[in-house]
Amino acid sequence: MAPSESSRAKGPVLLFPSSSSASASARVEAVVVFNICDSYVRRPAQAERVIGTLLGSVLPDGTVHVRNTYVVPHSESADQVALDVDYHHNMYASHHKVNPKEVIVGWFSTGFGVSGGSTLIHEFYSREVQSPIHLTVDTGFTRGDASIKAYISSNLSLGDRHLAAQFQEIPLDLRMLDAGKVGFDILKSTILEKLPNDLDGIESSIEKLCTLSDEIYRYVDDVVEGCAAADNKIGRFISDSVASMPKFSPAAIDKLFNDKIEDNLALVYLSSLTRTQISIAEKLNTAAQML
Amino acid sequence: MANPTQAAGGRSFLQAVSTVTEEALSPLRIVQMEGLAVLKIIKHCEEFAPTLVTGQLLGLDVGSVLEVTNCFPFPMREDDEEADADGANYQLEMMRCLREVNVDNNTVGWYQSCLVGSFQTVELIETFMNYQENIRRCVCIVYDPSRSNQGVLALKALKLTDSFMDLYRNNGLTGEKLREKKLSWVDIFEEIPIKVSNSALVSAFMTELEPESPVSQCDFDRLKLSTAPFMERNLEFLIGCMDDLSSEQNKFQYYYRNLSRQQSQQQAWLQKRRQENMGRKAAGEEPLPEEDPSNPIFKPIPEPSRLEGYLVTNQISSYCSHINGVSGQNFNRLYLMKALQED
Repeated sequence: MAPSESSRAKGPVLLFPSSSSASASARVEAVVVFNICDSYVRRPAQAERVIGTLLGSVLPDGTVHVRNTYVVPHSESADQVALDVDYHHNMYASHHKVNPKEVIVGWFSTGFGVSGGSTLIHEFYSREVQSPIHLTVDTGFTRGDASIKAYISSNLSLGDRHLAAQFQEIPLDLRMLDAGKVGFDILKSTILEKLPNDLDGIESSIEKLCTLSDEIYRYVDDVVEGCAAADNKIGRFISDSVASMPKFSPAAIDKLFNDKIEDNLALVYLSSLTRTQISIAEKLNTAAQML
Repeated sequence: MANPTQAAGGRSFLQAVSTVTEEALSPLRIVQMEGLAVLKIIKHCEEFAPTLVTGQLLGLDVGSVLEVTNCFPFPMREDDEEADADGANYQLEMMRCLREVNVDNNTVGWYQSCLVGSFQTVELIETFMNYQENIRRCVCIVYDPSRSNQGVLALKALKLTDSFMDLYRNNGLTGEKLREKKLSWVDIFEEIPIKVSNSALVSAFMTELEPESPVSQCDFDRLKLSTAPFMERNLEFLIGCMDDLSSEQNKFQYYYRNLSRQQSQQQAWLQKRRQENMGRKAAGEEPLPEEDPSNPIFKPIPEPSRLEGYLVTNQISSYCSHINGVSGQNFNRLYLMKALQED
């Protein structure tokens, strides 16, 4: 049996909504969310929630950037919590070998809100790193929406007596920029039949651009006719975008355009030529035989 | 006697068992990846670009679908002395830890990143052969970070064709055997389509967290007009490959010239021997044998392997298809730009 850490819950837990004096904020990547959901789906039958370690880095402005995560087996009952410390250290060592820049920044748990057992786990993690972040991912959708919240804790004590652990919510940036690059269609649907290739991708992007410009046309028309309220900010933004297109004389545009088209045609010709050449070369090579 | 019958019974039992395990494998049609595995691969490859990195794929092999449910990265290897033992330890450790949290503990292949599509090397084939010894079906996923900057998700699933693997194992990569099996450079690698699946929980999360925004980062990447650096690098690599191809062809020409020279030498020697023999017959002595294996001109010259040539040809073909793809995109973008300017 691997050694584990267990103790009884001590003191009540106080939960405060985010206050403006909190200096820390957190940013979470999509991989983290995916990993947490996947491990929740794979949790052992008797466990109600999963917990694990968050890895990442602290940016110079104090934001904690959570980039990776792994699950740590644990068991909890009404007043006891046991965490597999060896496993945690082993996994951390392995992950550290791959990416030395990722360090422990906190821990996550599924389920809504912070419970009594969480304080103990949080204490354990505060021994590993200073002011760890506690991330709760509500996989049960208890409030009817997907809530991911981040907290940091501070201890409330009166003199020498430890009263409670105060968990303060900190702002969380869930923009998930890396997922944006992959394309959200891939990540949102349950089954995607095939990955889009070059031409499919550009077709869909151009379609999106067309729909966007149609919408803007309609909006501007509405405003001109007086149907919709004119918002100065939007109007200025639209005029800025339109003005950002560089203005050339028609002759210059034509020349530029034709040059580029010629370059591209030359490249396509070259690549088709190369292809024909290699198939002929291959036929010649294998067909040659000595008598 | 009891013993021979027992031995005979034992042998036939073994035979029965071995025939059972040789069931026909249905051909692999699709690789189904989880969104989690895709994201992890992309994260690992992008973090270390332009260094090339590798990692292990875990999943299940079900019928004609190979499911990839998780993956873990391999650490970078600096020096090679302790690397092997360390690497094996790391792998065992990771697999053990992942098994404790109910992740599929089954290796189904490996992934690697590549630079502008130049992944067809002899090392890839050797790694494939190594994996194939232990796993019945394995696949290699190649990710190209530079192409993904163009807005295309450049993930490819590759497998060696069976006929190529047989030939490679028997060292039969000579012209004759290849012609026999009608194997050309196209038949070395087989690309398998990838399907992406996500659990319902994760897709619910993503749908909630990321509202339907009209454009995303990948659209911006796709509509960029400046593809010149990427094309330039593609063409540079293409030119390099053409040089390699021509040097391979020169090797063959050299071999054929040597072969024909050796044959003419053999003919000349044979003639001389025959004349000698006629003279000896006239003198009543024993004729000398017509072959002399110790003579160096009878030593067979080994034919150079065609593997390098085939791999280089494969690389050239992939560069050409990249160029075609990007040029197609460029045409679209240029016409779009022209239309915008006309307004």
